Amino acid sequence: MTEHALDGAAVRRTWHLAEEDQDHSTDGATLLGFWIYLMSDALIFASLFAMFGVVGASYAGGPTPREIFDLPLVALNTAFLLASSITFGAAMPHMEAGRVGATRFWLVITGLVGAAFVGIELYEFSHLIAEGATPQRSAFLSAFFTLVGTHGAHVTVGLIWIATLLVQLGRHGLTPAMKRRLMCLSMFWHFLDIIWIGVFTFVYLFGVIR
Amino acid sequence: MSLSPERANAALHEPGTTHAHGSRKGYATGSILSVVLTAIPFWLVMSGAVQDAQTTAFLIFGLALVQIVVHVVFFLHLNTRSEGGWTLLAFLFTAVIVFLTIGGSIWVMYHLNANMMPMPGNGVGNMSGMN
Amino acid sequence: MTDQSLLKTVFGRLTWESFPLHEPILFGTFMVVALLGLGIVGAITRYRLWGYLWTEWFTSVDHKKVGIMYIILAIIMLLRGISDAVMMRVQQAIAFGSNPGFLPPHHYDQIFTAHGTIMIFFVAIPLVVGIVNFVMPLQIGARDVAFPFLNNLSFWLTAAGAVLTMISLFVGEFARTGWLSYAPLAELAYSPDTGVDYYLWSLQIAGVGTTLSAINMVATIIKMRAPGMTMMKMPVFCWTALCSNVLAVAIFPALTAAFFLLMLDRYIGTNFFTNELGGAPMMYWNMVWIWGHPEVYVLVLPAFGIYSEITQTFTGKRLFGYTSMVYATVVITILSYLVWLHHFFTMGAGAGVNSFFGIATMVIAIPTGAKIFNWLFTMYRGNIRWELPMMWVLAFMLTFTVGGMTGVLLAIPSADFVLHNSLFLVAHFHNTIIGGVVFGLFAGMVYWFPKAFGFKLDEFWGKVAFWGWVVGYWIAWTPIYVVGLMGTTRRVNHFDDPTLQPYFIVAAVGAALIVVGILGFVMSIVMGFVKRDKLRDLTGDPWDGRTLEWSTSSPPPAYNFAQTPVIHDLDTWYDMKENGYERPTEGFRPIHMPRNTGAGVILAGLALLLGFSMVWYIWWLSAVSFAGLLVVAVAHTFNFKRDYFIPADEVARIEGKRSQQLATGV
Repeated sequence: MTEHALDGAAVRRTWHLAEEDQDHSTDGATLLGFWIYLMSDALIFASLFAMFGVVGASYAGGPTPREIFDLPLVALNTAFLLASSITFGAAMPHMEAGRVGATRFWLVITGLVGAAFVGIELYEFSHLIAEGATPQRSAFLSAFFTLVGTHGAHVTVGLIWIATLLVQLGRHGLTPAMKRRLMCLSMFWHFLDIIWIGVFTFVYLFGVIR
Repeated sequence: MSLSPERANAALHEPGTTHAHGSRKGYATGSILSVVLTAIPFWLVMSGAVQDAQTTAFLIFGLALVQIVVHVVFFLHLNTRSEGGWTLLAFLFTAVIVFLTIGGSIWVMYHLNANMMPMPGNGVGNMSGMN
Repeated sequence: MTDQSLLKTVFGRLTWESFPLHEPILFGTFMVVALLGLGIVGAITRYRLWGYLWTEWFTSVDHKKVGIMYIILAIIMLLRGISDAVMMRVQQAIAFGSNPGFLPPHHYDQIFTAHGTIMIFFVAIPLVVGIVNFVMPLQIGARDVAFPFLNNLSFWLTAAGAVLTMISLFVGEFARTGWLSYAPLAELAYSPDTGVDYYLWSLQIAGVGTTLSAINMVATIIKMRAPGMTMMKMPVFCWTALCSNVLAVAIFPALTAAFFLLMLDRYIGTNFFTNELGGAPMMYWNMVWIWGHPEVYVLVLPAFGIYSEITQTFTGKRLFGYTSMVYATVVITILSYLVWLHHFFTMGAGAGVNSFFGIATMVIAIPTGAKIFNWLFTMYRGNIRWELPMMWVLAFMLTFTVGGMTGVLLAIPSADFVLHNSLFLVAHFHNTIIGGVVFGLFAGMVYWFPKAFGFKLDEFWGKVAFWGWVVGYWIAWTPIYVVGLMGTTRRVNHFDDPTLQPYFIVAAVGAALIVVGILGFVMSIVMGFVKRDKLRDLTGDPWDGRTLEWSTSSPPPAYNFAQTPVIHDLDTWYDMKENGYERPTEGFRPIHMPRNTGAGVILAGLALLLGFSMVWYIWWLSAVSFAGLLVVAVAHTFNFKRDYFIPADEVARIEGKRSQQLATGV
């Protein structure tokens, strides 16, 4: 049915975009796509949290949380991770303003603090294993090492990502593509801090007060 | 993508296409809140200020939820406008699935265990479906 | 270092015994496959097609080509999957009393495990992903998906998983634990050989591909619809594609986690799902079914979408109740996440838990029923053209409804206590998967084949395929419902009760008919190609369709649309045809396109190497391939030259050719 205007003339429709711009319809999809990926990653962690919730009290006669968790060390580590989130946040205004040097500076700080987090965690793990609190000892320990270790592995990937972006920023500067990548990394980094909130609350603190 | 810088910046800031900006003030507020919301639960547990374990657990659970919201709002800039509301929808949907996965799993596993015969090593807090 | 330990370091646990040199069936199969493979490789080499295949297909990031590759992979794996099915049917038809049949439990268990694994992960999923890939961007007026490279990578990761599973046929053994590989049977203590490891690595690798693909499709549908196409003006197929992929993003992480934890148990001795030291095997069941139930909706929702598209095209009417279809789809998506325990009612969760999940399961039948009514109301008073796609729709309606009803029956926990793990259950899910998903996918392939290749499938052989499948399904599975109701257990390779034999013989006949159906389908492609000049689609709209894909040529040009269409109404192409649409014939501009890349093939190849080396404990190769994955992935991010432009005069030339074709019919 052809549409008609009030005066009876057939209305001519627009069937195509008049101003056929360069096709940048995909420019906007990266950030949403990465966000959806983060949601899927959140669900992997949810499964690991669920596993921990189910076997978190299955000590099999082995070490219990109170015996092995060093809360001051965990508090220090938490402070490091939170600090790295804050330092990444410090980089973002510089990124938006196009200041490559300042952006890279804050990225380096974030990377160093993040590396400190991973280092402390590796120290904690090796200490526990040396004491006999191995992932194989009980389901509780299996779940603990896996949940915390998976988070740590994600942080490590983030560190590799930071290093890669530092190199690429040096070569290309703050192009739109580089800004997109930094924004994705920013989302990733903050997301990992959110997961850590769950970890220190439900694994460490809950474990000690149980 | 070979867009000119101005075009690219425009593309980056098209309505509903990309991120929401954070203001310096927003970051500062979020940072301070996060530090506080982290320090309190650690202090609560390490000092044993609240005697009752259940109450302490509720408190730090609540504080964790609040801090997660703080991170999501102030660091991830999640609001009803970004990506036309789709990021918020995705986040809420994920939150529901997270709740179903963790809550549902614990509910199911607890009941599966409830029908098991008591065996040595099966503590009350144990939720292993078999031994 | 001694000879022995040097061999172990280099080859892990791979030895000469890992090859089936003493198993006639396997050895024979291997010879046939090897000869066929050499033949194909030889032919490609002789006709110098490697360059063409690499540049035009393997490295392509075009959603149409990626979709077609997915479908080709699925059809090849369908041949493997149906071979497993035929072997089981033959075994169960003859193995009664003193006749042990030809498949001892050791082999039979691998066959039913491989059959299920392959059919779900390497046939159904790739078919669905392939069809969504090809059709959806065209329907929304886009030029490609949101992340073309990821699309290519997703395909190759799926292919790598399939290849790893196929390798298990000839090198070592596959899992014997069922298609979901339950703990504690799947733990190292009870399944020490390569079987479960092959299973886990194949599916983890493929699972990464599926998850990435799902994210891709969701982002595409949300962000890349043509101007004017609001969510409620989107074709129903795109709605079902959206919901299916949202569900996939939500559930594959759970499967990934479950497999990851089982891998940790098997590789480093953790105690997630073991019987000792606090392990909780039922948590594996729980996690796997949190994935498993929504997964069937991931598969069936796009099939429902295909039915909607075909019904409205072949009745010449707009789909009845578009809005309620959308709502029903969304409700099914959400509800499907609330029913998973019905897969293990019998495992002791108690009456309260069982009731909740039983009721939720029955409730899902309601929106599904709403959809069936909408299709029926669309057909009512319509001008129905009984072409092949519409015949598949009718077959679906008659077949799937029965399966749905047996599902509601099984949803009652007390009934399920009798029927769980009986052949009644097996018949139910084959009923819904074949009647719902498979019939839908065949309908979709027949419907969209001319769009993809420019000519219709041969109709006679298409009807052979149809009747083979439909009659074959009913003859194969009705007796299985009966023996299942009588109490026969699943996954059994031998029976003592001779009164059951007639049923199994009838079922075997049905399976043979299904094979005829599959061969018929292959023939319809072959004969379609042979007779392609007579079956040519010159207009791009061979069925008088209603959605945007039919506005393009068959096949569409690489860029899909020379100019981005502006949408005014639902049933966009129908609306265009009714309102004086004119194809643009001038004013073309250069079109921005993504470049092909080999990174997907390479990454998937490294993933395959990683999987194989981890299965066989060849640790040095695992380290090398893992490092390779990291290096290639990071190196790929240094490639900023990922696009190019199709010049305007090239676009004008292509569009001009089409104008000529439309005018002269040549």
